[in-house]
Amino acid sequence: MSETTPGSSVSRPFLETRREDNWWVGPMATAMGLLAFTVYTTWAALQGEHYSWGPYLSPFYSPLIKPEGWPLSPAILILWAPGGFRLTCYYYRKSYYRAFMAMPPACAVAAAPHKYRGERALFIFQNLHRFFFYLAMLFVVILTYDAIIAFNFDGSFGIGVGSIVLTLNAVFIAAFTFGCNSFRHLVGGNVDCYSCASMGKQRHLLWRVVTFFNKKHMEWAWISLFWVGFSDAYVRLVSMGIITDMRIL
Amino acid sequence: MKEVTFRVFRGDKEKGELKEYKVPLSEGMVVLDAIHEIQATEANDLAVRWNCKAGKCGSCGAEINGKPRLMCMTRMDVLPMDKPVTVEPMKRFPLVKDLVTDVSWNFEVNKRIRPLKPQPRQADGTHRMMQMDVERIQEFHKCIECFLCQNVCHVMRDHKITDFIGPRFLIRCATLVMHPLDTENRLRELKDDFRIGYCNITKCCTEVCPEEIGITDNAIIPLKERVAGAFYDPLAWLWRLLTGKKADQRT
Repeated sequence: MSETTPGSSVSRPFLETRREDNWWVGPMATAMGLLAFTVYTTWAALQGEHYSWGPYLSPFYSPLIKPEGWPLSPAILILWAPGGFRLTCYYYRKSYYRAFMAMPPACAVAAAPHKYRGERALFIFQNLHRFFFYLAMLFVVILTYDAIIAFNFDGSFGIGVGSIVLTLNAVFIAAFTFGCNSFRHLVGGNVDCYSCASMGKQRHLLWRVVTFFNKKHMEWAWISLFWVGFSDAYVRLVSMGIITDMRIL
Repeated sequence: MKEVTFRVFRGDKEKGELKEYKVPLSEGMVVLDAIHEIQATEANDLAVRWNCKAGKCGSCGAEINGKPRLMCMTRMDVLPMDKPVTVEPMKRFPLVKDLVTDVSWNFEVNKRIRPLKPQPRQADGTHRMMQMDVERIQEFHKCIECFLCQNVCHVMRDHKITDFIGPRFLIRCATLVMHPLDTENRLRELKDDFRIGYCNITKCCTEVCPEEIGITDNAIIPLKERVAGAFYDPLAWLWRLLTGKKADQRT
């Protein structure tokens, strides 16, 4: 691979690096993971059937909104909100800039040669992450409600594998949402002087709680992403009769 | 005694090449020891900047096997020694000679940041700050100005954008913006002059920081959120309209 002189004002050729470790594994695994999720979600969202069984409702279809005369899958009406939350999330920005746009693909590996403009044009909407966060909080409430309902089998309490799957889904989505950088800012990160501001001590405490979740934001992002897809697949397979939901209680 | 092969960049801004040297390995050796060994035995004219050899002065930044690191903090036992170890200068900055680069651009950028303008002293003549108010910015004070973060940031390294001040100076801005005593409003210059919008959160600055400062999560993202609140948030704009507060008012 050709190389530029250190300190040169000439841009380096795409992917130029002296790194000898497997730097490409990270972006490639990220790209495959995100692509697999996107393909599955798109397919599942367009099906418009097999999204519920008994007390279980797929998180891709929750809340279930079916306006009269709506010709498409109801999932399309709601998925833009959690999708927008993840698309504007600071962690996912890192992942898609590295994995899909190669800006840069990895540290000290030359970035893609196209003109880089930062948060300009469409990318300025990345700054609206906090609005998607508000909607994501609403989804945490809705998915928690779904998880509680998943223990209600024809009016009596029961536990099926699906109840646990949907409960874990709500927990993982909540852990991801509560670690959001915008939330961290809004609860207390925006305060300069906690000891002077009104409710400063409480805001400092809240900021520390959100910081706790924020430290593992990437991990929660991936766990919740995988599990929400798995939850849909589980409900779908049970609904289609391919697998049987095992009752624990 | 086991020998390790080093390929060290030798040259100036006109031309240069990697030259091979053999160095005997000793216990606890770091890359800077090897460079000193080469300097003492084979290449007396090898230019290298260093000072404390303890990871505190930030002088010996280089690219070791392609990764930006401090030479004095890179132990040989973390490197694969079955292959030659490559040592090159930081690629972002103009080369002076061999492993020495001219980092003076950073000092010029630093001058553009307005210094702390504290509130008036209290009646007893002191400035008081509570621990809870300063603990966030204490992390930023660990910065040793090695400029490895400035070196690895693709905005400057690959796209050659020089009106972006870079992670080191966003850290400094965060120290001031979050300072409980500072009275200056700095959000507009962060957006318009220091061009924080160029940072796309790929976190390479955080990855290479030898002081393990959470550059992106604890400084840049909180600054971006403040800028978003001041200039991109229509609800915040409406709130300011109703309350008469300013976009970059301190809280």
